[in-house]
Amino acid sequence: MSNYVLFIIIVTYLAALFLIAYLAEKNSKSKWVNNSVVYTLSLAVYCTAWTYYGSIGIAANSGVNFLPIYLGPVIAAPLWIVLMRKIVRISKQHKISSIADFISLRYGNHRFLGALVTIVCLMAIVPYISLQLKAVSETFQILSDDTSYVATSVYDDSTFYIALLLAVFATFFGTQTTDASEKHKGIVMSVAFESVLKLVFFLFVGIYVTYVLFDGTEDIYTKMSAAENFESLTTINGFEGGFNWLYTIMLSFMAIFLLPRQFQVSVVENVREKHLKNAIWMFPLYLLLFNFFVIFIAWAGNLTIGNTVQAEYYALLLPLQNGNTFLSVLVFLGGFSAVISMVVVATLALSTMVSNNLVIPYGFLDYFIKSHPERNAKYIKNIRRISIFLIIISAYAFYVNFSFELSLYSIGLMAFVIIAQLAPSFFIGLFWNRGSSQATIAGIISGIAVVFYTLILPFSLHALNGSDDLVQNGFAGIEVLKPHALFGIDFLSPPAHAFFWSILVNLFCYMTFSVIKKGNYRERNYAEMYVDSKNYTDLQDGALVWKGEAYVADIKKVLVKFLGDTRTERALNLFFRKYDLPIDTQMADARLINFSEKLLTGSIGSASAKILIASVVKEDEVSLVEVLKILEESKETIARNKLLREKSNELTQLTNQLKDANEELIEKDRQKDEFLDTVAHELKTPITGIRAATELLLDDDDDMPQEIKAQFLKNMLQDSDRLSRLIHNILDFEKLSKGRTQLNIKTHNIKNTIQKTIDTLRHIADKKQVEIVNLNPNDFEVEYDEDRIVQVLTNLISNAIKFCDVKKGKIIVDYKIDLGYLEVIINDNGRGIPKQDLPYIFDKFYQSKNQNIQKPEGSGLGLAICKQIIENHNGEVWVKNNEKSGATFGFKMPFK
Amino acid sequence: MKKIVIVDDEPNIVMTLEYTFKKHNFEVYIARDGSEALEILQSVIPDVIMLDVMMPNVDGYQTLKSIKENDQLKDTKVVFLTAKNKASDIEKGLKLGADKYLTKPFSVKKIVSEINELIA
Repeated sequence: MSNYVLFIIIVTYLAALFLIAYLAEKNSKSKWVNNSVVYTLSLAVYCTAWTYYGSIGIAANSGVNFLPIYLGPVIAAPLWIVLMRKIVRISKQHKISSIADFISLRYGNHRFLGALVTIVCLMAIVPYISLQLKAVSETFQILSDDTSYVATSVYDDSTFYIALLLAVFATFFGTQTTDASEKHKGIVMSVAFESVLKLVFFLFVGIYVTYVLFDGTEDIYTKMSAAENFESLTTINGFEGGFNWLYTIMLSFMAIFLLPRQFQVSVVENVREKHLKNAIWMFPLYLLLFNFFVIFIAWAGNLTIGNTVQAEYYALLLPLQNGNTFLSVLVFLGGFSAVISMVVVATLALSTMVSNNLVIPYGFLDYFIKSHPERNAKYIKNIRRISIFLIIISAYAFYVNFSFELSLYSIGLMAFVIIAQLAPSFFIGLFWNRGSSQATIAGIISGIAVVFYTLILPFSLHALNGSDDLVQNGFAGIEVLKPHALFGIDFLSPPAHAFFWSILVNLFCYMTFSVIKKGNYRERNYAEMYVDSKNYTDLQDGALVWKGEAYVADIKKVLVKFLGDTRTERALNLFFRKYDLPIDTQMADARLINFSEKLLTGSIGSASAKILIASVVKEDEVSLVEVLKILEESKETIARNKLLREKSNELTQLTNQLKDANEELIEKDRQKDEFLDTVAHELKTPITGIRAATELLLDDDDDMPQEIKAQFLKNMLQDSDRLSRLIHNILDFEKLSKGRTQLNIKTHNIKNTIQKTIDTLRHIADKKQVEIVNLNPNDFEVEYDEDRIVQVLTNLISNAIKFCDVKKGKIIVDYKIDLGYLEVIINDNGRGIPKQDLPYIFDKFYQSKNQNIQKPEGSGLGLAICKQIIENHNGEVWVKNNEKSGATFGFKMPFK
Repeated sequence: MKKIVIVDDEPNIVMTLEYTFKKHNFEVYIARDGSEALEILQSVIPDVIMLDVMMPNVDGYQTLKSIKENDQLKDTKVVFLTAKNKASDIEKGLKLGADKYLTKPFSVKKIVSEINELIA
């Protein structure tokens, strides 16, 4: 395949990545961008070209030794739920943007420590990036048929241009905001996409090699078992090999937390804590899938190609030699994806560290203070952009000058060993509050020194002039100082050996110095916050102990330099509102100091933030005892407040319950009052009539005409009847509704009961010439209190008669049996019931406004009594107007 | 002749009042509820109106409000005659502008003397 075609494929692929990143940035709120799958896939930035090509090389030459690098993360994954969550929580709270920030903040925003961590990371990662570039370059050459062509200058080398393109990509999507703790969703999405591609393409080639070129895994195994070194390829090689395994697993365990690119994707880019839950099983699964075919591809390569020098590129060579160019291009793209994601994320992470922990705190703070906010923002971004280019160019330079003889595996492991020097301060600092900044610095420097002597120096000497003198004879010929066998430990591989000694020395220094000398109060303050993060998250801005004198105006001036006027104003307003402070507060307190430092941390790193804020305030020294006392007090206040809040909630609840109960009582009282008022009114009305008529009859006996006398006497009789009827009904209703009347339930024939009622009402109906029909001729025996049902029927039928017109009236009484219910229906053709009365017609003393002429006859309780009787039979009453004219009343009750 | 409008929905009570006031030389008009009363008041300007409170359609309170809005009736006295005898009811009636508040059951003699006193 021609160089140009391949280059065009690469550029097209990069353009696709640009598009994906661009779309993700544009839809940064979408659930397609913010989910646990994308998060897990972004973690797979762990799998670089080392995994893609390097593992096969190791598998071909030394068997299963490629595995421990993946076992570490698999072992670490379940611990994430505790460990990573804690790290993520702390980082979010303090707006931490890199591992350098994380460690320097833990030890009291220590400027030098931040810079040291940055340098350690650069030492580890720049060569690592250069190896990635090497992989691109070499696979590019294997795939292009132009083998005779050798790049003579940088400008002829396609790798150089690819590196520049990657730098552009990282710059474009990595430096959109000055706040580096903001999410880079475009980059994360492109990494996730690449993670899918690299896995899928690797599985393709694995399946192709195993099942197309060979007859499955068994076939390869059988053929391979004939090889003489087969035993050593399939075991971990005894006791000594076991130690190598142990240390390599420990190394990778640490690397999954400490590698800047892993910290970037797993902590800084974490959108939601809960995404960790899925990641802890999906990520190990991803690694498992990735490693499944490694050994088979390696053995297949050994069997068919046999040349183990190029073993790293078996995955590419196998399809290529069998004429499957398409598959090899896919494999190339998969490997390329692994490279891009690693290079982009690693340079992004490193550039943040370089700018926020190295360049800005050591040279630009004075400048920033004098400059304008827009210019500062531009400056910060430019520092990061230049850093990205410088890191990639240095990596390229390293690759051109250094890396010819090195395998992906060895440089990768060297990076792991260097980065592992951060482990004591990182892990122990999370759980032990005594760890101090000086101890950390001592530990890291001594650890690096050991790594330098046991790993970097021999490697450099070998690479520069091919001399292995130091390794064979030791420093100044002293046996015990042999770099790969210090003090006689000669059975470990060089990286495992370097790891063992460096971490031992590092740990020793860290622990000893921490115990001997306590850190200052600020260190202890942050130590408490990290170690007891759960408690201090509640304290929020109040978790920082600070004493001194500071003016809000001065702090505001600093903030404006980086955030601009509007954002500063907004942030401070939010702060004042949150803590209920007046907007024109003059003196700053510890919370504002902490809040302001946090605001700046994302842009310029925690150390710089502290220095800047400290430059405008007058800080008093606080003793350690005081720090702990204040923290303890604020914790107690929080706890007390929580308790108070709970108590007050309980009280509110109780008050509400009381209120409800009270209202219910008042409502009941009101109903009772209303009932009594109505009863009184109803009783007084006939008494008034009787009283007035009696008085007139008594006084006017002589003058009063006879017919008027008779009328008054008739009225008195009527009123007396009304009175006694009323009293009877009230008592009846009261008894029924209080359940003081026992129903006399017996078996009766409903047809007969209806007929009986009609017969007693016949004379009233006849008077009005109203026809009453008993419609259903069938006998049916049901259990009920006959007197009461007659009372209900009488009431309903006489009501119907009342509303019927003279001569034209027709009332139909019917009954139905339906699903265990007896339903009786009384239908009339009278004038019907006003619509507004329908819902209330069964209420006591509710009399229709349109029936005033009938008043003397009704007690206002008739229908209420009917309802009560039917309800006492477990039934219900209903009413509706007929479509044409008249109303239909009915009741329905269950029978056994 | 003095004119009185009696507004009440209880025919038996109305009958006694009608008899009594006629005997005391009143011209008596009868209304069974507020709306009937207002209709009568369009053509008649009485000296006194006797109002029940609890009536169908338009009750006594509403009727009083309408009376108060009518300028022609500004010299007409209004008296409540009702079974509602709680202190709060009486206060409400007088607040609305009634000139007297009498309660049921009543003494016919007393009613007449109260009315005469009011319009004297």
